[in-house]
Amino acid sequence: MSAEFYFGIEVFLNGLMAGVMYSLVALGFVLIFKASGIFNYAQGIMALFAAMTLVGFQEGQIPFAHLFNAMFGTEMHHFGWHMNAFFAIILALGVMVLFAILVEKLILKHLVNQEPIILFMATIGLAYFMEGFGDLMWGSNVKKLDVGIPQGGNFWIEENTAFLGGENFYGFYLDTLDIYATVIATILVVSLVLFSQYTKTGRALRAVADDHQAALSVGISLRTIWVIVWAIAGFVALVAGIMWGAKSGVQFSLSLIALKALPVLMLGGFTSIPGAIIGGLIIGVGEKMFEFLIGAPLLGGATENWFAYMVALVFLVFRPQGLFGEKIIERV
Amino acid sequence: MKLKHALIAAFTGVCVATPVLADLVFPALTYRTGAYAVSGIPQADGYSDYFTMLNERDGGIGGVPIKVVECETQYNTEKGVECYEKTKGLGALVYQPMSTGITYQLIPKASADGIPIHSMGYGRTSAANGKVFPYVFNYPANYWNGASAVVNHILELNNGNIKGKKIALVYHNSGYGKEPIRTLEELAKKHGFELSLLPVDHPGQEQKSQWLQIRRERPDYVTMWGWGVMNQVAIQEAANIRFPMEKFIGIWWSGSENDVIPAGDAADGYKALALHAPGMDFPLFDDMKKHVYDKGKAAGAGDQIGTILYNRGMFQAILAAEAVKVAQKMSGKKDIGPAEMRVGMENLKVDQAMFSSLGLPNFAPNLEVSCENHGGAGLVAVQQWNASAKTWSLVSDFKPTDKDVINQLIAEDSSAYAKENNITPKCM
Amino acid sequence: MFYREVGEFKTSYRSDQQTFPIALDRTGFIVSLIFAFIIIPLTMSEYWAQAVFLPFLIFGIAAIGLNILTGYCGQVSLGSGGFMAVGAYSCYKLMTAFPDMNIVICILLSGGVTAFVGLLFGLPSLRIKGFYLAVATLAAQFFLVWMFNKVGWFYNYSASGQITAPEREIFGFIVTGAKAETLPVYYVCLVLLVILAVVARNLTRGAFGRKWMAIRDMDIAAEIIGVNPLMAKLTAFAISSFYVGISGALLFALYLGAVEVGEAFSIQKSFLILFMIIIGGLGSIFGSLIGAAFMIGMPVLLKNLLVSNLGWPGDIAAHLEFMIVGLMIVIFLILEPHGLAMLWRIVKEKLRIWPFAH
Repeated sequence: MSAEFYFGIEVFLNGLMAGVMYSLVALGFVLIFKASGIFNYAQGIMALFAAMTLVGFQEGQIPFAHLFNAMFGTEMHHFGWHMNAFFAIILALGVMVLFAILVEKLILKHLVNQEPIILFMATIGLAYFMEGFGDLMWGSNVKKLDVGIPQGGNFWIEENTAFLGGENFYGFYLDTLDIYATVIATILVVSLVLFSQYTKTGRALRAVADDHQAALSVGISLRTIWVIVWAIAGFVALVAGIMWGAKSGVQFSLSLIALKALPVLMLGGFTSIPGAIIGGLIIGVGEKMFEFLIGAPLLGGATENWFAYMVALVFLVFRPQGLFGEKIIERV
Repeated sequence: MKLKHALIAAFTGVCVATPVLADLVFPALTYRTGAYAVSGIPQADGYSDYFTMLNERDGGIGGVPIKVVECETQYNTEKGVECYEKTKGLGALVYQPMSTGITYQLIPKASADGIPIHSMGYGRTSAANGKVFPYVFNYPANYWNGASAVVNHILELNNGNIKGKKIALVYHNSGYGKEPIRTLEELAKKHGFELSLLPVDHPGQEQKSQWLQIRRERPDYVTMWGWGVMNQVAIQEAANIRFPMEKFIGIWWSGSENDVIPAGDAADGYKALALHAPGMDFPLFDDMKKHVYDKGKAAGAGDQIGTILYNRGMFQAILAAEAVKVAQKMSGKKDIGPAEMRVGMENLKVDQAMFSSLGLPNFAPNLEVSCENHGGAGLVAVQQWNASAKTWSLVSDFKPTDKDVINQLIAEDSSAYAKENNITPKCM
Repeated sequence: MFYREVGEFKTSYRSDQQTFPIALDRTGFIVSLIFAFIIIPLTMSEYWAQAVFLPFLIFGIAAIGLNILTGYCGQVSLGSGGFMAVGAYSCYKLMTAFPDMNIVICILLSGGVTAFVGLLFGLPSLRIKGFYLAVATLAAQFFLVWMFNKVGWFYNYSASGQITAPEREIFGFIVTGAKAETLPVYYVCLVLLVILAVVARNLTRGAFGRKWMAIRDMDIAAEIIGVNPLMAKLTAFAISSFYVGISGALLFALYLGAVEVGEAFSIQKSFLILFMIIIGGLGSIFGSLIGAAFMIGMPVLLKNLLVSNLGWPGDIAAHLEFMIVGLMIVIFLILEPHGLAMLWRIVKEKLRIWPFAH
């Protein structure tokens, strides 16, 4: 087999890994959409905010330090401690739960029974608010995120596959971080599925997702469920923020990863957790293979952004509800 | 029309803060928020801290106090236009748009209003031709100098022969990122190296395809025209595929602390071009500390002092202040306006004696601006990152770049602009 | 007391069905026109023209366009940024290929080109609905931006990839290029906005509009009563794109003068225009305009208030600006989910029966 063939396989494998990273972001959207029919525009900002909070706790940053300094002329930046990553993650999670409660209390409560587009708009307002709030709280400089996940090509795989393709092939390249991400995403999805299948709260979640009115009538509190869902979405955002933040440092652009999740959502369906995973894999592999085979050699590269959307678009024309979306039944 | 002017004056007076007359006004179009805030904050801090120091220590320039008017653009073109309109009435001497996009907007506007623009190390490269762009300056070096400096550095490492070598350009897929391509192509013809181009789409969070391609093709050197999050990810990915860092050379916008720190130790040995020396190992910083930081007058949070981009902001301020001095001398007036400022910039001459007297020995190379050449000498150095010490250090002198190739490209592009806009090239 | 139809007797269908059936509304409309055409140009400063009025007029056109598609026909689109780019680049190509052509004709023709492109990207809407369609239109956004960035022919192979508007004039006034004056530019934008708004208003009141609204409210039901969904959706896409294209051409040629596609017509623009119409009110021409005014004017006002008047540092002010705009969006939605236009409608209803409660 020629080296080119193995390179193709390498691109394929890396596409799968990238797909998992996209799925991580898409999961948060799916959770909220499923439980409340809200397309949460703020999901990307939530990932950024969660990652910023995590780093903030780890480094012992004082929240709103810049604002206080500007107002009172003080000179404070850090508490001076350095927190263990595990505790910082727990604390950041606590902040995301608090965030979920506040969102429910201050926004969603007042917008029950509104049309989807209005709820969507509310999350846009939320996104605007969080964008300013996050920067004000933690500062807008780039921060290094280190929770102990190793990065870099996996040497073991590289060395043990190098014999495959002759002298022009150097073994498969797989990023260790991506491998971790895959494991974590698998654990995340499995536990989400177990949670929703076998716990009382999980069943309540599914009931709400199926039919708000019916769920209400059997005594499920919509508002509690919403808090839980937003908290879980906050947790997923934190995981996505950690994975993406490890690559690029934590900075504003982290919120733009949401754009990478949208084609995944389209493809997988807004309401299906397995859909988010499979959709992510298809998009990841599709865009990487297209760039490898056609984009870079023939079209001058940088085709990934639009190709992901094109795949999703073509796909939707044949299956308008996405891969695993609920069948759209229309009645007059 | 008189009525209208009166009304405008009244309205402006209400809505825009009235300028204190007889100040030297320097508008600073900053971007302390938004996707590129990381790069914007240190530059803005450096720019305004230096002027604060001049005010505190010398009472301004030539006895006239300086006023820095900050206006937040968020690196957004429309906001940049808003900021320009807001500040131009205050008697602005020179604009530093701090963004290539905003520079393009301001070139026609500022030329019509007669206010000079200084785009240092960004903006429209062919503005180096002062006959076509009398109000635009881009000294001390532009992107095409940068491209040539990268190739020169590689030539040097290979004893002047890079025939058959492979150089890859990883670039931000925008006008900025595409700037060096023409120059690199010309240089590839001249020196016989192979050039491969790898665009990365904005914002550049996901670059796996590009780096896998680099891993496959094994170029001898990689150079990068990156911006924002793209830099951090590229350096991380390069480290991941174990590309030798000392063969990875970025433009000066891909060479700040922010770009390398997220990658940690893996970034050790990464190189970038430099327009000025890094660090705060200069006597000037004693004055800055005494007059600015210790008095609590620093512009930002104060945590950026001495970083590459802070120094760059300061360098911009220094060049502006020196041009004011030239202008004051030439016009005989202390309180100059934009027209005198333009003349001052066009006759700016900076040498090592002057840098020493400013307390910045060997900070940057000599510089001479003239009507024909608004781009300066185009001297560029290379700096390298030491990850354990967390410092940049210069690994070469400020060296000249390939004038033959660049000047021809500048002449071509500026004459095309002149033709499109009916400008007869001439010195003012 | 003042605002009511009592005493106004309609003697013909024509007067009963006019856009503003109440006399005070008509007067209000004329007064605001006088205001826009005479008072504002006389009093506005260069700063307010460039920072608020011109962008408002230009984005107002785009917002009306998107409102036709989203508000009246129910097809959510996030491709407006890409369609604006089509308008801008066709305008550039027309201006440079035919130097003698009048700029207004250039702009209208670029609207036409955009309408055609919009039609193409509207085809999937026959199968895809709701948020799925919104995300599908992003394909248009990303593809168009990539294409204008990639293919050198669109920017005449200039070294920087930027397009720069050459100088053109109308009735002897320079409106594009370096020497453009603000007042003629303002008038061109204003006249276009007023004409396009009136056309849009009448389109949406007529057969077209009723078909669109039938599709929006329930497309299957509409199909059963004889509305052709293909025609209705595609006309909405075409007309909407025509408006958006004109707005893009104006933004490039008259306002910015030089653009780079990735920066000026990014995904943020698509979102911005969508925000305008949702805040202003879906399915309302007036709503599009107040939505545009809100999204353009509010940040500028806040910035002036916080930075110039209160003297806060620019970065803190910018962060607060985001927080305040976000809060206002949420508060408006909680108070009145159907946008500012609905708020206005409620106020009018209240006025009509004032001082009684019912």
